[in-house]
Amino acid sequence: MKGFIKKIEQINFGLMSPEDIRAMSVVTVETPDTYEDDGFPIDKGLMDPRLGVIDPSLVCRTCGFRGGDCQGHFGSIELARPVIHIGFGDVIHKILRSTCNECGRILLNDEQIEYFTEKINEAMDSRESLNAILKEVYRVAKRELKQMPEDPDEEIDMKYCCPHCGAPQEAILLDKPVTIRQGDYKLTASEVRERLEKITDEDSFVLGVNPEVARPEWLVLTVLPVPPVTVRPSITLDTGERSEDDLTHKLVDILRINQRLLENMEAGAPQLIVEDLWELLQYHVTTYFDNEASGVPPARHRSGRPLKTLTQRLKGKEGRFRSNLSGKRVNFSARTVISPDPNISINEVGVPEMIAKEVTVPVYVNEWNIEEMKQCIKNGPDVHPGANYVIRNDGRKIRVRNEETIELILEQLEPGFIVERHLKDGDMVLFNRQPSLHRMSMMAHEVRVLPYKTFRLNLCVCPPYNADFDGDEMNMHVFQTDESRAEAKSLMRVQEHILSPRFGGPIIGAIHDHISGAYLLTRDGVEFTEEQALQIIRKSHLELPIFKGGQWVLKTNHDLKPDMEVPHDIEESYIYKEKGEKWTGKELFSLLLPNDLNLSYKAEISKCPVVYPIEDETVVIKNGILVQGVIDESAYGSFSGKILDKIVKEYGPGRAKEFLDRSTDLAICGIMKTGITTSLNDEEIPEEAQDRINEHLEKKMAEVDKLVESYEEGYLQALPGRSLEETLEMKIMQVLGEARDMSGSIAENYLTMGKQSDDDPYDHVMAVENHSVVMARTGARASMLNLTQITACVGQQAVRGGRIERGYLNRTLPHFKKGELGAKAKGFVHSSYKSGLDPIEFFFHAMGGREGLVDTAIRTAQSGYMQRRLVNALQDLQVKPSGLVTDNQGNVIQTMFGEDGVDPAKSDFGKPADLNKLIDEIRMEGK
Amino acid sequence: MKIDIQDHMLVPKHEIMTEEEISDEFSDVDYDFKDLPKIKSNDPVVKAIGAEPGNVLRITRESQTAGVFVTYRIVED
Ligand SMILES: [Mg+2]
Ligand SMILES: [Zn+2]
Ligand SMILES: [Zn+2]
Repeated sequence: MKGFIKKIEQINFGLMSPEDIRAMSVVTVETPDTYEDDGFPIDKGLMDPRLGVIDPSLVCRTCGFRGGDCQGHFGSIELARPVIHIGFGDVIHKILRSTCNECGRILLNDEQIEYFTEKINEAMDSRESLNAILKEVYRVAKRELKQMPEDPDEEIDMKYCCPHCGAPQEAILLDKPVTIRQGDYKLTASEVRERLEKITDEDSFVLGVNPEVARPEWLVLTVLPVPPVTVRPSITLDTGERSEDDLTHKLVDILRINQRLLENMEAGAPQLIVEDLWELLQYHVTTYFDNEASGVPPARHRSGRPLKTLTQRLKGKEGRFRSNLSGKRVNFSARTVISPDPNISINEVGVPEMIAKEVTVPVYVNEWNIEEMKQCIKNGPDVHPGANYVIRNDGRKIRVRNEETIELILEQLEPGFIVERHLKDGDMVLFNRQPSLHRMSMMAHEVRVLPYKTFRLNLCVCPPYNADFDGDEMNMHVFQTDESRAEAKSLMRVQEHILSPRFGGPIIGAIHDHISGAYLLTRDGVEFTEEQALQIIRKSHLELPIFKGGQWVLKTNHDLKPDMEVPHDIEESYIYKEKGEKWTGKELFSLLLPNDLNLSYKAEISKCPVVYPIEDETVVIKNGILVQGVIDESAYGSFSGKILDKIVKEYGPGRAKEFLDRSTDLAICGIMKTGITTSLNDEEIPEEAQDRINEHLEKKMAEVDKLVESYEEGYLQALPGRSLEETLEMKIMQVLGEARDMSGSIAENYLTMGKQSDDDPYDHVMAVENHSVVMARTGARASMLNLTQITACVGQQAVRGGRIERGYLNRTLPHFKKGELGAKAKGFVHSSYKSGLDPIEFFFHAMGGREGLVDTAIRTAQSGYMQRRLVNALQDLQVKPSGLVTDNQGNVIQTMFGEDGVDPAKSDFGKPADLNKLIDEIRMEGK
Repeated sequence: MKIDIQDHMLVPKHEIMTEEEISDEFSDVDYDFKDLPKIKSNDPVVKAIGAEPGNVLRITRESQTAGVFVTYRIVED
């Protein structure tokens, strides 16, 4: 089936008439069996060869194509008795309710018919939805008489009678899914069909059935289409046994009952038996269409598994639409485990050679690249920059296989050929990690072909992908056209996504060791010899400073804002170093900064109670020189980096990418000079501190006991709007919170980064004694809460936001008295993680921990569905250049997007402009 | 006691636009004002200000992002 390209101009939905079904049918299926014992398909059976072939060695008896080219042909089953189509149960009900039970006319007077006909015509002309009008028609036409009078001569209100023949209208009811009742009498499908036949074309138009495409009686099936075998292929098991598709099984059931019904009817069997069989036929046809219909027990396989019939094939996440049409499996993609590589750029991705040799890039051969392509073909499919396929000018695709084919292809190769060559360094690919929740989940990277079998990525892109390396896998897609490549390069490259549209700050930035490394490098007093400094510069790929007139001159490359002229006082941004002079870490970091960068902010460590020296907590960058302050999370961390933020916004993503690549390199070099390590020793506090904590906890426990006592004695005062119990609970929670906080802050006094004051005897410039605290204070990893929980006291465990209540009758565990209200009995953990929890504490801790796990599991499911609904609602909205937001129909959603017209990705942390920053800048310029 | 819902803090200012205002406001925009969002004629505010189907309402409300934002609704039945 190649070469047919047609444009769809219109789609019309209607019903198939029995004639249509018979006309398209190539065989009337009669036998409920599939194959003879000799393995040949039975004539007029469900596998009749006229229904199409799958096996490529067979020829179709209908179209003459071989299996694979034959798309299959419909057959049909002549139903012995009509059955109601399950999809139309409610439509039939609505129509019958709106038409006369006697004469079949619509239950509207002529005026109303004319009025609605016009309205429907109008709506159809303007292509508006008919739903509202039809709903009105059904409402007006309904004239149900709840109870038919016993005396047939009794006068009945005209509003319950047909306006055309005057017959009273007994209520028509629908017993889901397909049983139609008139009062107590159950209408058979034949009777339903007869009634529908009586409706005139004009009346059916008003009822929403366009007579041009459908007749109401076609809602009841008399002939059933049998889908081609290509729709329900049978599979041969390893044992040689044939296994049929669920649809085939269902069709066998229908045929079997159909035949029995036919035989019984012909033999003049009693009405009761015929009706039973008829009902059974209705059941099989119903489950053939939908095996999950409410009120119908699902048809099951012999194994007890419910059958997957027509509706189940289409419906839901695993159905045809969501799984095969909206989303498909694609070629030129790869998936493997990820691992980190701090030596590649944020714009790059490391691709295993194995993958590079499998997924290819189509390249048009021209006179400039023909030599390169020849080399690729010569290398063949197994040597790295090779090629797998060549497409000739005539469209033939040749596989590059062995020496012979290679020679043959090389002889023919000429401009215009397409070579599917291996992926090589510098190619653009799409990289993705599921769940793809925001646009940064799919970014374009440049390929670096590397040994081993994992994808390698720069650590700065972990936050946008939310990736870690505990076994995460990621996907890669190779662009197959130049347009897609170009578009991705300008819109989807990693550097274009440093700023997140979620909060208008950098989402791609330094993490973990980058941050602690930069801190260890730039703290006050860190010095390097000339040799060490030059080594670091070289290792982090920074430009080497020039040596002029017996001294080093740094930052002479005039790195300025885009389109800035070199100012006359540019030399103020140079750094001069005498030969042999020591270099500070701050000077090394300054090498990364643009010459005209001016900035001042509070560092992350300023949240520390004591910062030594105090100057380190205020960062001042003047003319691109880090004059004062230490580099930590606030400088270039993901989500919060101030310097990074300013560089992206003022110097562009290209410069920001360079800054990130180089600064992370430098930070790693810094960390390698000093070293960083952590152990439980970092959470050690002196015995006297432990004593103070214990003393404090005991004091607080006594306070709790006193509260409980006052409650029991009855002199506790209830807080306004609270019961006595609630008041007690709140007060206890407060005291216990204080208990943990206080024990934490006692521990914090001992958990310091090192020297605290000028007269502190401990001196350490290169060696910091507590790296856990460095990591927590600089924002690299963990928090002080984590550390104090390890050191001092874990604190109250919570379930459902309060102290632990559940367990036994009136107590949490049998270790306590009934009704006990103390701290320990309701989940307060006195111990620290380091000292270890006692069994009771451990149990409470597990309860709290379990709640956390369950909550996250539920939250992801809920937010996933929420995301799906949001995406479905918003996917077709478009923003015009003027800021107008419309849907695809042209309806206005907003006259200015976000009401302020600000692109959050280009905003300053959500604000159109940061006034404080602007004022600072103006002030600095004035100086 | 009948409460005027327009006095409620959560109800923004709704005004019926005159023909003149409509032609002034929507003459140089890149959309047809008939494509503006709709508001039901049985909406409590619409009833309170006595707007008729076809009227265009100007709604002036506080905005988290823009401070004050003016939006429009067409009354339909
Ligand atoms: Mg993981
Ligand atoms: Zn065929
Ligand atoms: Zn009638």
